[in-house]
Amino acid sequence: MINSLFLINPSGEMFLEKHWKSVVSRSVCDYFLEAKEKALEPEDVPPVIHTPHHYLISIYRDKLFFLSVIQTEVPPLFVIEFLHRVAEMIQDYFGECSETVVKDHMVMVYELLEEMLDNGFPLATESNVLKEMIRPPTILRSVVNTLTGTSNVGDTLLTGQLSTIPWRRAGVRYTNNEAYFDVVEEIDAILDQSGTTVFAEIQGVVEACVKLSGMPDLTLSFMNPRLLDDVSFHPCVRYKLWESERVLSFIPPDGNFTLMTYHVNAQNLVAIPVYVKQSISFFECGSDGRLDVTVGPKQTMGKTVEGVMVTVHLPKTILSINLTATQGSYTYDNGTKLLVWDIGKLNPQKLPNLRGSLSLQAGAPKPEENPSLNIDLKIQQLAISGLKVNRLDMFGEKYKPFKGVKYITKAGKFQVRT
Amino acid sequence: MSTNNLSYNDQGGSDSAVEVGQETTPTSSNAGAGFGLFSTNFKKNDDLKEMLESNKDSLKLDAMKRIILIATGKNASELFPAVVKNVASKNIELKKLVYVYLVRYAEEQQDLALLSISTFQRALKDPNQLIRASALRVLSSIRVPIIVPIMMLAIKEAASDMSPYVRKTSAHAIQKLYSLDPDQKEHLIEVIDKLLKDKSTLVAGSVVMAFEEVCPDRIDLIHKNYRKLCNLLVDVEEWGQVVIITMLTRYARTQFTSPWKEDGLFDENSETAFYESDEKKTKNGDEKKSYMMDPDHRLLLRNTKPLLQSRNTAVVVSVAQLYWHLAPKHEVGVITKSLVRLLRSHREVQYVVLQNIATMSIQRKGMFEPYMKSFYVRSTDATHIKSLKLEILTSLANEANISTILREFQTYVKSQDKQFAAGTIQAIGRCATNISEVTDTCLQGLVLLLSNRDETVVAESVVVIKKLLQTQPTQHSDIIKHMAKLFDNIAVPMARASILWLMGEYCERVPQIAPDVLRKMAKSFTSEEDIVKLQTVNLAAKLYLTNSKQTKLLTQYILNLGKYDQNYDIRDRTRFIRQLIVPNEKSGALGKYARRILLAPKPAPVLESTYKDRDRYQLGTLSHTINTKASGYLELSDWPAVAPDQSVRNVEVIEPVMIHLYFYYPEAESDEEKSSSQSSEESDKSSSQSEKSSSESDSEQKKTTKKPPQKKTVKPTAKDRYYNELFNTKCLSRSLFSLCILTPCPLSCAAALLQVSGPAFVPEKRHDLLHRMTGKGLSAQYQFPRQPCLYQPTMVSVQISLTNTTDHPLEQIHIGDRGPTGLDMHCFNTVDSSIRLPDGAATKEDQFSVSIQPAVGELFLPATMTEQDFRKEQGKLLGMNESSATITMAAENTTRQPISRQVATVANLGVVPSGQDNIHRFAGKTASSGAVVLVTVELRESSAALITINTEKSVMGPMLLRDLKRALTRA
Repeated sequence: MINSLFLINPSGEMFLEKHWKSVVSRSVCDYFLEAKEKALEPEDVPPVIHTPHHYLISIYRDKLFFLSVIQTEVPPLFVIEFLHRVAEMIQDYFGECSETVVKDHMVMVYELLEEMLDNGFPLATESNVLKEMIRPPTILRSVVNTLTGTSNVGDTLLTGQLSTIPWRRAGVRYTNNEAYFDVVEEIDAILDQSGTTVFAEIQGVVEACVKLSGMPDLTLSFMNPRLLDDVSFHPCVRYKLWESERVLSFIPPDGNFTLMTYHVNAQNLVAIPVYVKQSISFFECGSDGRLDVTVGPKQTMGKTVEGVMVTVHLPKTILSINLTATQGSYTYDNGTKLLVWDIGKLNPQKLPNLRGSLSLQAGAPKPEENPSLNIDLKIQQLAISGLKVNRLDMFGEKYKPFKGVKYITKAGKFQVRT
Repeated sequence: MSTNNLSYNDQGGSDSAVEVGQETTPTSSNAGAGFGLFSTNFKKNDDLKEMLESNKDSLKLDAMKRIILIATGKNASELFPAVVKNVASKNIELKKLVYVYLVRYAEEQQDLALLSISTFQRALKDPNQLIRASALRVLSSIRVPIIVPIMMLAIKEAASDMSPYVRKTSAHAIQKLYSLDPDQKEHLIEVIDKLLKDKSTLVAGSVVMAFEEVCPDRIDLIHKNYRKLCNLLVDVEEWGQVVIITMLTRYARTQFTSPWKEDGLFDENSETAFYESDEKKTKNGDEKKSYMMDPDHRLLLRNTKPLLQSRNTAVVVSVAQLYWHLAPKHEVGVITKSLVRLLRSHREVQYVVLQNIATMSIQRKGMFEPYMKSFYVRSTDATHIKSLKLEILTSLANEANISTILREFQTYVKSQDKQFAAGTIQAIGRCATNISEVTDTCLQGLVLLLSNRDETVVAESVVVIKKLLQTQPTQHSDIIKHMAKLFDNIAVPMARASILWLMGEYCERVPQIAPDVLRKMAKSFTSEEDIVKLQTVNLAAKLYLTNSKQTKLLTQYILNLGKYDQNYDIRDRTRFIRQLIVPNEKSGALGKYARRILLAPKPAPVLESTYKDRDRYQLGTLSHTINTKASGYLELSDWPAVAPDQSVRNVEVIEPVMIHLYFYYPEAESDEEKSSSQSSEESDKSSSQSEKSSSESDSEQKKTTKKPPQKKTVKPTAKDRYYNELFNTKCLSRSLFSLCILTPCPLSCAAALLQVSGPAFVPEKRHDLLHRMTGKGLSAQYQFPRQPCLYQPTMVSVQISLTNTTDHPLEQIHIGDRGPTGLDMHCFNTVDSSIRLPDGAATKEDQFSVSIQPAVGELFLPATMTEQDFRKEQGKLLGMNESSATITMAAENTTRQPISRQVATVANLGVVPSGQDNIHRFAGKTASSGAVVLVTVELRESSAALITINTEKSVMGPMLLRDLKRALTRA
């Protein structure tokens, strides 16, 4: 299975290596670095590379490459999924996943990696289990540790790992028992030049933050579960009950976790909350062009659209731009040719507009294609699909928990072709 | 240690101590404090040694942390001797760090590594399962050939350990030992065989992994465990699921007959093949008239399906490939949605999933066509994702959707990513050849692209047009003319060569233009690329044969240029062509056929997907991704023509058919059922139940194929479904049936020092709670599984199993009023509210009051302590708290093993290691209050024994004493 792991920063420096079987020389990474050189963007590096003696499977995440070395046949997704879990674990323990953070907590990262795999086979990947074995750093604990010499490595055998509920710790205690659920929906859409929808779908996720004492058994039901077309669950959810009754019944992990992700029925028409009027044109003669973009609310269900942001990758031949925005501000990076217009809240009375001139490099031909616009937006207190949580019931514990549900709609991969 | 080092440390010792105190995480970002550490890195190794040898754990710990950091970059093996001494440290974190280091460097320092072995051997006997497991883990990771026998022994022992966690570790160790010494294979297979029989979900994934690595060809080991693995699958951790599913896919392909023949019969009428194979196996030919899926095959498909909803993408894809390779064609559709869902996941996941979809979509367009739009390319996609999506869209194209796809392609052609645009043009070409309706439209579109400003786009268009024209050249002489006009403006060699080839091939259609092109080429011949030169020579030869009047001189000129070219390919080709076409005395018989050779009608190239041949690899594998056979790849065999013996998978203990009968004929078979279920272990409970359910739905099939005489009556299908549901609900959450009972008592701190360990022994005895006669068909039994209670550590788990012995469903079973005061019960709400019956069974309400009377021994939790601790505790619990009795032991109970077993049967206590042979000690604490319970059995002469019980619970003491007395005197 997984032989070794290397963490590599964008400049190609290996700053962490871990071997679970016999040691593999660093030079194996040269094949990877070569591929990295060839790729224009770090995202373009092929995830699976075949070298004479090894197979390299890598992910690029949070500006870091996680590169694993494989020697024999293994499902590639098995490795990719695991590498993402490593990244998530670092994020979970230290708040962010970056080179500095890993370097700051090198020893702990080693200890964690040691627990996560045995002989290349995943051993403990549940965050709740890991946290019981190796406690995450807190300021208080590091002070206590230096004073008393105690460590943050647990020495008891985890009930979690042995039980049929490996995701939950035993003996959880809170003074305030609370359970929060965030229903986050993302609209993936491609709109064409005229504003017609080429493709649109809604992907949703229910994020939970459950801080309940003991061993609560929760049941979450929806008003309109038929909306949900395709779902995937955290292992805690009882699949059979979903099949028969369309309710989510589960004993939750402690803390934050993703309860389910879903896809809304394709038959339902997707409400597109904004429209974009744009014209980008380049004049045939002379090296000049114009850009004019207006964003306005469309089907917003009476809510305000916030955090609107338009991102454009301008053609490489653009020399400079001169634009004015009626609302918000724009930034332009001449190196990457990235134009970002941060609008903020949409005001239906006064539509934000960005217009001005673009100048091309002298002698450069008129660009073939106009750049497409990527839209970002956020609508609070609305699930665009209309999904509603009906109720949350708790069994097995006596206290009354505080319960809360929040809805957010965001733009996912929302693209306007021009 | 040399004096040199000492003197250094005299100078620097105090400094370093201060430094260590200041920084817990020495890093470069910690500039001020980190400075000292990094500038003097090499000298510091000496003070590291010093620190490792100090008495303070904190100093050692800091030293180890720094060593681990050094080991990331440089070789830190010179510290090995100093580090290895700390392997027996009490501090867990220090110990773990030493393990990390040891495993990393043991291979280089084999002799020194041997020093640590005895520590691990000791730890393997530790009462704490965590310590046993980690000792085995590290011991097996040390890659030193000398210790192979020790490892082998340790693995064998661990494989029969009581703790499933240790057994899991031993499964991992098998692979490590195998890679260290493949000669041990035979012994290891024995261990694998043993572990495969294990019923713990914890072990299943790891042992299958070991199986795959050590002996993937020993498929016979799986037979007996097949059903168990299928049933456990849902509860196995996600990584194990992937491995098990992959293995079962391979297994199923060797054991079951193809479910695809059935489909073949319907849609392709492949009857000849069908009957041919039939004749070969005459002995059961009549049975094969219509395909009947093996119930075990069905079981696998049914039990893997829920996993399509897993959050782990690897699990989803492994189920998808299982369905692809094993399910009847009409059932494969269920995987589509889940695969499309994965496209929302990380980029790398998309890459692998798209590859698999690409292979699938070539064979089965219909599967993904409804989701076509999910494969639309976004400008933000990575290059490899874009080309995969293009690939899939092309495969999905058909008459109905081609216009939509072409419109989409038009957008892509304009993309700034020129490589992608070129890929799109090729895709258009493929669509045009596959779907004849749109060939003309595509061709027109491609011709328009010839005036594109970008060179790569134009070049790619030329190449694709060339291929398209080859398929139907008759109508398109105007396109060839158009391309000839463009020829001057095109610089990309491949495109130029393609145009030249077209001219030559169809020179008779453009008699005016072709010689002119040749004239231009003659002028620029020397400055062209090799590939263009070759085509020029070809063009010249073809023109010479068809139109020698105009081109004779030009051809000779070009052949002369070619003769002296720097490239030998071109020189060879020129020489060959000259001999072939120019008649002279030396040219042999071949000259006559020159025309036929050069102007032979050529078959049109087939434009097909690069994923065409990938289906020879199992989907979802590494080999499939890289399109070459990865080392260790296991071929998926073809379906056997005749199914191998099905009965090999039958397991004696739980015979599903028998249990099935039990539900329907309670009078006839009930005794048999009882005995079989009692002998089966409790941990297997849920799995055996789902096995029952599995046999239910397949009963129809079994009836006809396997045991016709036993089952004459046809059961209503509604009933079948009901049992199915009932037991599915049961296996859904096995804890549904466990209650927890708590006697309220304040938690005392006295036992805080005691560590609770796993149960030493779980008695299988079940007690009747409700007899089926009293319960009007509902019978209930309870037992104490001695597992830690999940709800509250102070509770004791009771497992209740309910059985419906009637032939009608029982609904809404729930536990009514709580018991007597002082008893706290944690129970579940309605057991199976999900069951609905279509035939409107009579509703009746019944209430039975029952009582559970736990033996006093079940109220304890086993504890581990040393003999000294035991004595100390015992000293505190004398007088009032002590009760003792002298008994005469039964003859066979006089050695350690039987005594431990008898005591463990009565009470859930842990064994305390004892120095004396005649004294046996057991310790535990009460679950509710944590009060210490100590039991001493002291053997006297002539099978007399003194039992002493020390506990502050003055009621429990005598009760336990009475139970123990009974157990130990009983023969």
